[in-house]
Order: sequence, then structure tokens, then C-alpha cells
Amino acid sequence: MNAMLERLFGREKKSARQAKERLKLVLIHDRTDLTTETLNLLKDDLITAISRHVDIDPRTVRIEMTQDGRQQRLIADIPLNPVTRRRLR
Amino acid sequence: MAAKVVTVTSGKGGVGKTTATANLASALAANGLKVVCIDADIGLRNLDVVLGLENRIVYDLVDVVEGRCRLRQAMIRDKRLPELYLIPAAQTRDKSSVSPSDMLRLCDEIRPDYDWILIDSPAGIERGFRNAIAPADIVLVVTNPEISAVRDADRIIGLIEADEKGPARLVINRVKPAMVKREEMLSPDDVLELLAVELIGIVPEDEEVILSTNRGVPIVLDGKSKAGQAFRNIASRLRGEQVPFMDLTEPNGFFGRITRLIRPGGA
Repeated sequence: MNAMLERLFGREKKSARQAKERLKLVLIHDRTDLTTETLNLLKDDLITAISRHVDIDPRTVRIEMTQDGRQQRLIADIPLNPVTRRRLR
Repeated sequence: MAAKVVTVTSGKGGVGKTTATANLASALAANGLKVVCIDADIGLRNLDVVLGLENRIVYDLVDVVEGRCRLRQAMIRDKRLPELYLIPAAQTRDKSSVSPSDMLRLCDEIRPDYDWILIDSPAGIERGFRNAIAPADIVLVVTNPEISAVRDADRIIGLIEADEKGPARLVINRVKPAMVKREEMLSPDDVLELLAVELIGIVPEDEEVILSTNRGVPIVLDGKSKAGQAFRNIASRLRGEQVPFMDLTEPNGFFGRITRLIRPGGA
């Protein structure tokens, strides 16, 4: 239904863009041997480890894979909770 | 003289490795250079038919490696081009009949007397591919603007780099400009962005390639064909010349437009 509506309004993604987006993900996994599942496990472990030392909000943690030439990079964005809030508690 | 060894590979089969090898070798030889091409696809040889030399095979690569003949006896000379030679693959043996060190030794024997050695690699990432890249100075990776071919090219590029044979140079073959324009085919820019590797040529899809293969006459020898021009350009870039990439935005070029004017709606 959604696809039909999209086609109706001419918003359906061109197949070349679909191919490119699918390839991007496939190549990340081929190059690193990392699946989305492993990435999520890694994220959980990271949150556990970091939480032992600093106060963070697990919901704000973001982990993503980026490409820099043929080099794959794992980027973790971990916002820290302000110290003041911790003292108030 | 010390020949440079160029290995043409791809990972996936059917993307145009053999066509590229035959045409680059012919284009270099047409410029007066001394060229030897080696079919490393043992058991599934085809470079002989694409070059139109299939009827002249007496000895093959495995015969040379196993010492049943001298190197020169296995080198078939192309009669159309003064200095183009083919060492055909054996058809009734398998990839394990030759080792990477055999290929190194063979190329070392050829190198002093020739300008270029072009090796047609088999598809896959196993022994045949290892044999083909062992002596390479330059590795060309052929791909098509299509998911499976790009994915396999990426694997192959990774293996080439791990083997310190890189950087690989990319040939994007069978591009259909009209489909790219409609955004129904990955563009050369898309492929380059995904693979992050140096480009050496873009070859448009061209029916003339099938005709030339039917006849056993490499398409670079046909002055008019677009694919032939693209292969000639790649050969020039191999020689270190700066050649601008062909503009493929107008699908059929000048003649296509004229044809459409004369026969509106026709092919």
C-alpha cells in the first residue's frame, strides 16, 4: 500500500538509489565481518563498560560505521550527563 | 625492454574480463608495442576465441610450465597485428596444474623481450586468481554497474590490497547511459564512491562487442565503435597518457540523434 502511494505521488526511490544504499550496507559487512546484530551487542557492552565509570544515558548513545576511502571506521557518539544533575540526585 | 605485467580480474564471471584483455592487448599492439597475452583460465579458456586464434593452438600454458615445449612454441602470433602473441590456457586440465611461482617464472622469461604482458584471470578468488595476480605490476578490476558485480569487485580489491598488489584500477564495463540518466542503473560515480578505488576506464554497452566476438576480431580494430574507443583510451592510460573520460551523457551520440530524426520512434 505504502509503495503504491509512493508510486502514485512519484516518490518511489529510483532503483539505482536502492542499489547504492543496499550495496553500502553489504560492503560494510563484507569488509568488516560485522553484522547489525554484532554491532548492537557491541553497543550494549560499550554502554555497560562506560556506565561503570561515568554517568550516561544509554538511549542517547549512537554507534555507526562510516567509510573513509577503503577504510571502515566505527564511530561512537556518547553524550555524558552533566555532573550537576548527578550531585542533585 | 622490460615488460609490465597487467592482470585483468573481476571476482564475478561474465563482466567482460576476456573482452577487456583481448582489446587492451590489441590496442597496445596496434600502437606498435610488443604484447603477450596469457589466458590463466585453465579449463575454461576463451581468450583464444575472442582473439580469433582458436584454430592455431598447438601447445598451451600447462605444456610450457611442465616443460613439454619451449616458451616460443606456445606463443601464437596474431597475423593481423605484428607483435601480438597469445599463450592459451589448457582446456583439459585444472587450475592446480599451474602455481603462482610458475607464473612468476614464466613472466620473468617473457619480460626482457616484450613491452606488455596481459593476463586474463579466471573468475573467483581461488587458485586461478592467485596464479593470475602473482606476477602483476598493475591489476585491473573489471566490473559492471550492477549489485553483484560491484560487491565481488570490492572483495577482489580487498584481496589485491592484502596481497600488496594494489592499488587496483577499475574498469566499469557495460554502462548504459540511457539507464543511468533515468536513474535505473548505478552511475560510474556511484560505483567509484562505493569502491573508493582509482578509475582507469568506463566502457559503454555496445552491441558491436558481440559482433566482434562472433567474428573473432577485437573491437578496438573497429574505428567507429564506442566500446572500441573506450578500450583504446584505457590502453593509452596504461601507457601513462592523460586521456579525458568519454562523455556518455548523450546515449547514442550524433548518429543516434540523426537516426531518431529520420526514423522517429524507431530503434
